[in-house]
Amino acid sequence: MTALLEVDNLRVAYGKIEAVKGISFTVEAGEVVTLIGTNGAGKTTTLRTLSGLLTPTTGTIRFNGHPITGTPAHHIVALGLAHSPEGRHIFPRLTITENLQLGAFLRKDTTGITHDIHRAYELFPILGERAKQPAGTLSGGEQQMLAMGRALMSRPKLLMLDEPSMGLSPIMMRKIMDTIAELKASGTTILLVEQNAQAALSLADRGHVMEIGKIVLSGTGTDLLHDESVRKAYLGED
Amino acid sequence: MHELPQTLLSGLALGALYGLIAIGYTMVYGIVQLINFAHGEIVMIGGFGALTVRLWLPDSVPLAAALPLMLLGGAIASVAVATAAERFAYRPLRDAPRLAPLITAIGLSIALQQIIWAFYPDAKKSRGFPQFQGDAFELTGSIHLQRDDLFVLAAAPLCMLALGLFVAKSRTGRAMQATAQDPDTARLMGINTDRIIVIAFAIGGAFAAVAAVAQGLRAGQINFEMGFILGLKAFTAAVLGGIGNIYGAMLGGVVLGIAEAASTTYIQHIPGMQQLGGGGWKDVWAFVLLIVVLLVRPQGLLGERVADRA
Repeated sequence: MTALLEVDNLRVAYGKIEAVKGISFTVEAGEVVTLIGTNGAGKTTTLRTLSGLLTPTTGTIRFNGHPITGTPAHHIVALGLAHSPEGRHIFPRLTITENLQLGAFLRKDTTGITHDIHRAYELFPILGERAKQPAGTLSGGEQQMLAMGRALMSRPKLLMLDEPSMGLSPIMMRKIMDTIAELKASGTTILLVEQNAQAALSLADRGHVMEIGKIVLSGTGTDLLHDESVRKAYLGED
Repeated sequence: MHELPQTLLSGLALGALYGLIAIGYTMVYGIVQLINFAHGEIVMIGGFGALTVRLWLPDSVPLAAALPLMLLGGAIASVAVATAAERFAYRPLRDAPRLAPLITAIGLSIALQQIIWAFYPDAKKSRGFPQFQGDAFELTGSIHLQRDDLFVLAAAPLCMLALGLFVAKSRTGRAMQATAQDPDTARLMGINTDRIIVIAFAIGGAFAAVAAVAQGLRAGQINFEMGFILGLKAFTAAVLGGIGNIYGAMLGGVVLGIAEAASTTYIQHIPGMQQLGGGGWKDVWAFVLLIVVLLVRPQGLLGERVADRA
């Protein structure tokens, strides 16, 4: 069986500066795969390339059997690849409901959309309470919930989450991580980029460690969590 | 103070005209952060498109019957030129430094003027534009409504209402709001942002054509240079109202129009300022108003602070 997502020798550059230097990895249906690494390792660039916001210099991306290298972003989401971007990027002057509706922009099944909005409110009750408020009035953690809920509205085959815990309080971070665990339990395939390596690796089936544009170490979440070099570099242990 | 109602009415008609044009600046700016300095020429092209239709129609067709077709012809011309400008002049420069599209816009503005000057029959001087015959409507003893102003006073609110509903209620309108607020994330939602940008230029073009017909009716003539000062005033209105905000554009237009009318009526009566009133100074007062508003509210009347637009 072929993987849901296959990335082969992907290279991405901003002008002359190469941010991703030939990485290869796969995500199987039902898995949670995490990319960890320091700032500037190329994790966000990788996700932005997978969702079509950036064009790679070389390499191939296959999603659900289709080559999607160079496909425009608005076609990629139609194939079932949703991206919750770093920094959340909710639409601040639209209401919470409108943000969720935009997540389902390409869907035509009105009743299904309404159903999924209610499901998002069940997952994140605070969003339901504030449905008519402009999304810009939400706290950082609430905005992260909205960004995740919005990405789920396209009913993706693969959900990409970029730094969902960034800038959140420990309580809110736990809440977000619990939600990702719930999504995993319900069978959602997730590609997770996180700075919080401990939390990400505890959750993930497999992980890859990125350093300056390359994958330097790969393994199961548990293996990486117990790897000595990972513990030193990313988990703050001597 | 007995001139006040008449001043307000005249200012409202002028302001509605500015507002229609200001919509074009503000929609494009809201979505691609480009000041389309060729937008005044899009208005001018709309005027010549409408005039062309009038010239094609037999003289026996009354103006009221010709008007819808003239609007259609003007809109086709304006929308075609506006969207072509987007596709061939601005889109290739989307990732270029901001100065590049700005200079392109100025160049395009001059080019469009010269094309009409050189190729439209008898356009080296003004061309007459049809006007409604008959006296102004007498609303009360001292308030008169010019027949030709009736058009813009009816058309502007209708256009604005239609645009407001479109942006707030339609799927495409929602996509426009999303694109204006965060273009990359809009693409992640599946929105074809290139298409949204074309639609913004097209709506601006259609409104420009309505404004051009209104201006032609008011002045009784159009010419290849008409877009310059109209465009500048409407741009002022858009900034005054808060650039990027469609309601701000209309409000800015109305405020500017009334201010101009009021300056013409009243300033000459202020002791010591007799020489600074009258029609010749109205442009000066319009820009004085702009400067004062921007000193107090740099984001314009209805604009959000830049920090809120992130």
